[in-house]
Amino acid sequence: MNRTEPLIFELSQPGRGATAQYPAAAASGIPETFHRRRRPPLPEVSELQAVRHYTRLSQLNFGIDTHFYPLGSCTMKYNPRVCNSLAMLPGFLGRHPLAPDATGQGMLGCLFELQEMLRHVTGMASVSLTPMAGAQGEFAGVAMIRAYHRARGDTARNEIIVPDAAHGTNPATATMCGMKVREIASLPDGDVDLAALDAALSPATAGIMLTNPSTLGVFERRIVEIAKKVHAAGGLLYYDGANLNAILGKVRPGDMGFDVIHMNLHKTFSTPHGGGGPGSGAVGVGKRLLPYRPVPVVAQDGDRYRWLDERDLPESIGRLSGFMGNTGVLLRAWVYMRILGAAGMRRVAEYSTLNANYLLARLTEAGFDAAYPGRRASHEFIITLKRTARETGVTAMDFAKRLLDHGYHAPTTYFPLLVPECLLIEPTETETREELDGFVDALAAIRREAANDAATVKAAPHTMPVRRLDDVRAARQLDVAWKPASP
Amino acid sequence: MPYIPHTAEDVRAMLDRIGVDAIESLFDEIPRALRVEELAGVPAALSEMEVSRLAAARADQDGRRLNFIGAGAYEHHIPAPVWALATRGEIYSAYTPYQAEASQGTLQMMYEFQSMIAGLTAMDVANASLYDGASALAEACLMAVRAHRRSKSARILMPSTVNPVWRRVAGVITEGQGLVLEPVPYDPARGVIDATVLERFQGQDLTAIVIQQPNYFGQLEDAEALTRFARANGALVIAAVNPVSLALLTPPGEWGEGGADIACGDAQPFGVPLSSGGPYVGFMACRMEHVRQMPGRIAGRTVDLDGKNGYTLTLQAREQHIRRGKATSNICTNQGLLMTAATIHLALLGPAGLERVAGACAARTRELVASLTALPGVRAAFAGPRFHEAVLQFGRPVAPLLEALAAAGIVGGHDLSRDYPELGHALLVCATETRTAEDIEHYARTLARLT
Repeated sequence: MNRTEPLIFELSQPGRGATAQYPAAAASGIPETFHRRRRPPLPEVSELQAVRHYTRLSQLNFGIDTHFYPLGSCTMKYNPRVCNSLAMLPGFLGRHPLAPDATGQGMLGCLFELQEMLRHVTGMASVSLTPMAGAQGEFAGVAMIRAYHRARGDTARNEIIVPDAAHGTNPATATMCGMKVREIASLPDGDVDLAALDAALSPATAGIMLTNPSTLGVFERRIVEIAKKVHAAGGLLYYDGANLNAILGKVRPGDMGFDVIHMNLHKTFSTPHGGGGPGSGAVGVGKRLLPYRPVPVVAQDGDRYRWLDERDLPESIGRLSGFMGNTGVLLRAWVYMRILGAAGMRRVAEYSTLNANYLLARLTEAGFDAAYPGRRASHEFIITLKRTARETGVTAMDFAKRLLDHGYHAPTTYFPLLVPECLLIEPTETETREELDGFVDALAAIRREAANDAATVKAAPHTMPVRRLDDVRAARQLDVAWKPASP
Repeated sequence: MPYIPHTAEDVRAMLDRIGVDAIESLFDEIPRALRVEELAGVPAALSEMEVSRLAAARADQDGRRLNFIGAGAYEHHIPAPVWALATRGEIYSAYTPYQAEASQGTLQMMYEFQSMIAGLTAMDVANASLYDGASALAEACLMAVRAHRRSKSARILMPSTVNPVWRRVAGVITEGQGLVLEPVPYDPARGVIDATVLERFQGQDLTAIVIQQPNYFGQLEDAEALTRFARANGALVIAAVNPVSLALLTPPGEWGEGGADIACGDAQPFGVPLSSGGPYVGFMACRMEHVRQMPGRIAGRTVDLDGKNGYTLTLQAREQHIRRGKATSNICTNQGLLMTAATIHLALLGPAGLERVAGACAARTRELVASLTALPGVRAAFAGPRFHEAVLQFGRPVAPLLEALAAAGIVGGHDLSRDYPELGHALLVCATETRTAEDIEHYARTLARLT
């Protein structure tokens, strides 16, 4: 395997090009005064050079297709190939979003079914598919909460309560919606501190954002009590669906008392992460928030499907995208759900939980410290390397980097922020027992190495295309775009 | 069990190791009363063969029609290598590159994308994508407020020649932070903003002005004059640009004196299929002085322990996973896969290919306008230069015409009567390099038959 690859710009030669891709030359007819003076500095390479370059770059990556990727809270399960090939059928790809609904009945039918399936697996009253990622789903959710209070004339509610274990997107979303963030602590057993919740609730409470199971890898056992308290205080409950995989078909956010949720279709419903997107953050709402759903939403009128827009939902929070969100991602999720069916939904929760608890049991036997001993793991769990770090100086980050040398992508490190030297490990249901066993062996080997030869671990990785990178230099001597040499 | 590899023996051995007798016991912390036993409403499983047949039937039903709509999403030829490469498992199934050493491919592609966008827009820096053009414009407005510390008004001029859906999205996303998006009317003869109408804002506290080039009508704004007005009045300039047009048109970084401050748009025309609206790929570029206010992922080039070049996510202190409630945006996942497609697309076209594409778009649209306005009762709404879209006015409502055209296999344009009632029976049409002279003639003939 190659270890480095020049920039595409460094392969460029003036006058070269992938000319089979060019249309015939035609005069634009645009007056000179509008013309750019110099051609843009794009690379000039042959088609083979481009193909070879991007093939080689791909080979510098770990992906689910090449490596076990137990990144906690990210649900890196197998992305079935068929989901991609069917979403890329020419009939789906070629349709313009503003073409009449009559020309998109096939696509709309799939999306309507997806809305329905998601509504049923989450126990909500309705689903809108339009948010383009989890964070945009969160935005839609908090905006709906704000719209609800405002419509009731309850305008003093400007606080969102967020547990300290929450994803960073939760407080960032609250701020983006013009809300104040009130953080509350978790108890040593991982559940929310109800006394802290009581203290935080007030006439200013707009709502609470919760992930359940939480990012601590445990199910919030007193969720019904929390819902009662928040509702009694006049607030609403927001469910962050990042960990929906753990409970699919077993327990539903709607039944727990949540008023609004987002789902990460790129996690639970196996659409690809693509090196950082596209995601899809479909939102589900309870009855109270129905009027505020973001548009468009698919509706069925007899045997036809059509988009509902602002005219149908005049109290909607409005639009979040230029058209209707990430349709192609939604089609992939539809294929996945149709192949799994109702029984398959439940198996997702069952086998992801089995894999996590097995991995936790094996790591505990091997002498690693669970952050929440005595609790069941959800589909993920945390181990803390505080003891090893104190004894050997080898940190969670060092373990993460050394795992790469063993052929495993690292788990999530240093998140949640409240557990020191933590690894948040999510194996997913699509991994074999052998793969999990190999991962345990690798972690055990690294711990032995930390005791005997800490320097080797601290200098890891040793087998990747690059060694550890200078992040401080990256931020201080900012180099974020290639520029041509001045003429 | 689709995609689940466990044998009965695996399950037994794993449960033994955990010390429970059944998988069900692993859910014993969930209150019993909350448990759901049946998922009514989720159909039974299909095999891959069955779902393939169903999907193929639905895709065929939607079929291929001859498309003449743009309005924010553009049909271009996509070179075969683009998706053959982008769907390689090492790209398709990777996560956001948090472990830089195991993600150099993704990170270098981000750096190349940023370089290409910075080069096309003639701005200093670009991020590694936002969701789409509409949300990128919203983020640009929020960013302008953060970047322009002296301006206290959070007031942004948002001309009515900017894509109306993008304006609405910007309104929804910025509302919670109290931004005021102030409309500016257009010149009804030319379909562009007349810089003299801005005089009414002279001396007022303006945070920024948005300039879309080419504008929603396809007309070319006098970006030079508008930028000069902004500079003279202490307002930042947010450019919303079609990236294909930048092969020909003056880039935002060279508008007026000193150029725009922020440039954004949708890179969908680079290798991303229409796909009924998404996923597309928003982009954003800015002057170096504003980089710390920019939302989204940014890859930077640095060195490793041996001094060898490598790439890593940088300026992460702007982002939600570090800064939480004080982040520049809540964005986390962006549009990585589409960014990759756009990068490969641009590498294949290069400056010469992209110039050909842009030239062909403008030429085909000119031919389309000429053919359709040759029909009785059809006229171009605006005079003046345009890129690859145009507004046509008809003597009667266009909705029934569009339906009849669709029945004949032609997606004839976008009805403007809802967003621009003052234009009467108006249609926004578009032709890119993918429309041939025969396509255009076919459209004109079909329309003649229907009118």
